[in-house]
Amino acid sequence: MLDNINLLTLAPSLNVQLLLDGLFIGAIFVLAAYGLALVWGVMNVKNLAQGEFVIMGGYLAWHLGTYNVHPILSLPIVAILMFGFGWVLYVAIIKYVVTRDLFTSLLATFGIALVVQQALNLAYGPEVRTAESGFGTRSFFGGLVTVAEIKFISFALAVLLAAGVIVFMKKSRMGQAIRATSQDPRAAKVMGINTEKVYAFTYALNGAICGAAGVLVSMIWVIQPFYGVPHSIRSFVIVTAAGLGNLPGVILAGLGLGMAEQYSGFVLGAQFQQATVVGLLVVVLVWRQIQMAQHRQVVK
Amino acid sequence: MTGNWKSPALYAAILAFGVAAPFLFPGYTTQIAILWMMILFALTWDIAGGQMGYNSLGNIFFFGAGMYLSAVIQVGMFTDVGTYTSARGGEQLVLGYGDYFVSVFAGMAVAAVGCVLFAIVIGWVMFGLRGPYFAIGTLGIALSARELASTWEWIGGGSGIAMPVYPGLPDEKSQVSYIILFVLAILTFLSVRWLYTTRFGLAINAIRDDEEKAEAMGVHTTRYKIIAWSVSAFFLGMSGAVFGNMTGFVEPMEVAFPTVTFGIFMVVMSLLGGKGTLWGPVIGATVFHIIKEVTWTYMLGWQWVALGVLIIVNVVFFQQGIMGWAQDKWPEFFGIEVEEASAAGDEEAA
Amino acid sequence: MGAMIEVRNVSKAFGGVQANQDVSMDVTEGGITGLIGPNGSGKTTLFNSIVGYHPIDGGSIRFEGQEISKFRVPQIARLGMLRTFQQTRIYGNMNCVKNMLISVPHRSMGFLEIFGDHSTQELEKAEHLLEFVGLYGKRKLMAGDLSFGQQKLLEFAMALMNDPKVLLLDEPTAGINPTLINGLIDRLKRANEEFGITLFVIEHNMRVIMNLAEHIYCLAHGEMLAEGTPETIRNDQRVIDAYLGAH
Repeated sequence: MLDNINLLTLAPSLNVQLLLDGLFIGAIFVLAAYGLALVWGVMNVKNLAQGEFVIMGGYLAWHLGTYNVHPILSLPIVAILMFGFGWVLYVAIIKYVVTRDLFTSLLATFGIALVVQQALNLAYGPEVRTAESGFGTRSFFGGLVTVAEIKFISFALAVLLAAGVIVFMKKSRMGQAIRATSQDPRAAKVMGINTEKVYAFTYALNGAICGAAGVLVSMIWVIQPFYGVPHSIRSFVIVTAAGLGNLPGVILAGLGLGMAEQYSGFVLGAQFQQATVVGLLVVVLVWRQIQMAQHRQVVK
Repeated sequence: MTGNWKSPALYAAILAFGVAAPFLFPGYTTQIAILWMMILFALTWDIAGGQMGYNSLGNIFFFGAGMYLSAVIQVGMFTDVGTYTSARGGEQLVLGYGDYFVSVFAGMAVAAVGCVLFAIVIGWVMFGLRGPYFAIGTLGIALSARELASTWEWIGGGSGIAMPVYPGLPDEKSQVSYIILFVLAILTFLSVRWLYTTRFGLAINAIRDDEEKAEAMGVHTTRYKIIAWSVSAFFLGMSGAVFGNMTGFVEPMEVAFPTVTFGIFMVVMSLLGGKGTLWGPVIGATVFHIIKEVTWTYMLGWQWVALGVLIIVNVVFFQQGIMGWAQDKWPEFFGIEVEEASAAGDEEAA
Repeated sequence: MGAMIEVRNVSKAFGGVQANQDVSMDVTEGGITGLIGPNGSGKTTLFNSIVGYHPIDGGSIRFEGQEISKFRVPQIARLGMLRTFQQTRIYGNMNCVKNMLISVPHRSMGFLEIFGDHSTQELEKAEHLLEFVGLYGKRKLMAGDLSFGQQKLLEFAMALMNDPKVLLLDEPTAGINPTLINGLIDRLKRANEEFGITLFVIEHNMRVIMNLAEHIYCLAHGEMLAEGTPETIRNDQRVIDAYLGAH
């Protein structure tokens, strides 16, 4: 462990490598976390199936790849498919939990997560997969830092997607209706907004965002049916650390988490990468408690 | 079930079944032993989850922690743990009857006490969290424990740790495990039944129904929450110790911290039976376990999908559970008084 | 007869809104103190600062000489300062007696007592207090089935069950049938005289507070406008203006 830290100081360019990798993967975490913040903030549903949506999007891209559809091209297709999937889930299940107590939505989405991961396992098997994009790699600092071109592309796509969603929320009628509903559902209803439709759209939009994030994950990283859980936890860590409705916070926390994972993976060993995510969850929860205690409040 | 004759008759029937089962169905001794453990799981989950409204997704932590504690104690009593685990099962720990049972009970005792300590320390941190944060935080605890156990070489890391070998025949071993789990389940049931009649029971119900009000009345909410979790941890720790000995091999992913099997079963069984009731978890565990044992192997991998669907349907459309449904349907049977409003009190208030 | 609660120069802002500005007041031990003010004058903010619902920006709050402005709600409650809620909060799924038993004094409870049963003394006390508020006949009913006014009475009885030193009541008569108000005022006075409980009452209703309190503070726009006996307050031109101006 100390050797690895030593290595980081001896070869500063390694830091660049880790920071870049963290940035690229963190951008994807931001997408999924933003989706969670959206459903949480608007309809008060804590979606535990967040990571499974991501992985499902990845598998859809991988599947389309077997028909020779390039992952970048499959991104819009997957987003649309996952939008539809989200809508169906809303009508079948989520509709009934929006107004119920917190644990109902948590457990119901947990059930969804279980179904999705197991169905993926049945369909694709437990092997670890990557959607081949066929781009080369670039070297920097005389070969010390190598970055696959696809990671740059993925980062650009993530930024584009995030910007698109933000503009949509600000400018479009539906985006405004969503924001109005999140502030006061009853007032929104009185003003003639069809909140039922807003909820369905929000949940579906979250599905699309996660699906797109999943395509990016499958291009630059790996997917496996059971890799959804850490993605869900990441989203929760990010949203909890940032607080609801704090978009810059979500971006910072997401990128930070991506880098933290890269560093811990390098310093402690790859087997600790998962432990880092979970460990950070506990740390963030404790930190939030201390913060709230100063306001004479609890974390709820 | 407060009827005069119903309770004793019911208890006698359950006791008779428990004692007779290994003789009547010798081929299913292990399965029925697991049923008792499932009842213990559901009952202990329901203390915090159903009666107190703190839905933990990580109670399996205590099961695994208890299992590892007992493994380390039982092995450590006779040999050096580090050397033993680094041999990767090359060295078997064969004990006589006396040593074996002393080690098992020492392991159970340490597991129980150790898990209570864990519950106090972790609970002190976790119970500042409410609602979804608590659920996810506890899930995090269980997952971290799993990660930690798989990277900690002293306790065998991912390849696990072999328990001492039972000195007798396999059949005898399953009977012994059966007896211990049966007794544990009974003890758990009697403990929670008693606890729910005390001040403690009323206080945790108050926390569930309106914690803010309870705080405003000065109820020691944190203390009650930690006690509730400690009781769960106490019995879960012991059940983990027994289960480790039963399988003979402790390993982090599938045996000690099976988050998606036992960890989820606890929640599902309580919900199915009706959370927040005394008998609900027992009924839920029994129904769930029987259905699972009968159908599991015929479902060719779809059983997990079915489990997910069961959770969704249960939570969304049948949240009151079997007990809640039955109480709604036949309130008199459960001794719920449906009193008519008496006119006498009305005017006094004026 | 010193001050039980001393509020000194307390300020509290929410964002840009100054809800309390340099507020000072005393709650006299053994007496009935009132706090009035038009809507939005910062009464509830002050109340919440005292019982521990949010931090204060500046100033000090002392209870029996002890600084409590950093304590959380349960700690303050266990010191013997209890509050009722404006939106009455009772345990609707439990019967009245159980509601009362939840409210036994917790500050004196030992660890082992947690696992004990409720004593006959406690049961008797619960029934006696239910009788005091006129709910004895309904003691076995689910509290959720009571009318709103009766729920308020139950909440009041629960607070008495706790043997508080001081009871803070947030608009006790809000939403109550006017015919019941006199009965409630009477019971509040009796609780003060017979059980020796100090009362601190927020009221919007001038008539009620004039009949009840011995000393009244009036807040307006987050600042302490006036204080004095009901007579002084009634004749204070600033108070009259504040109330008329608000409507």
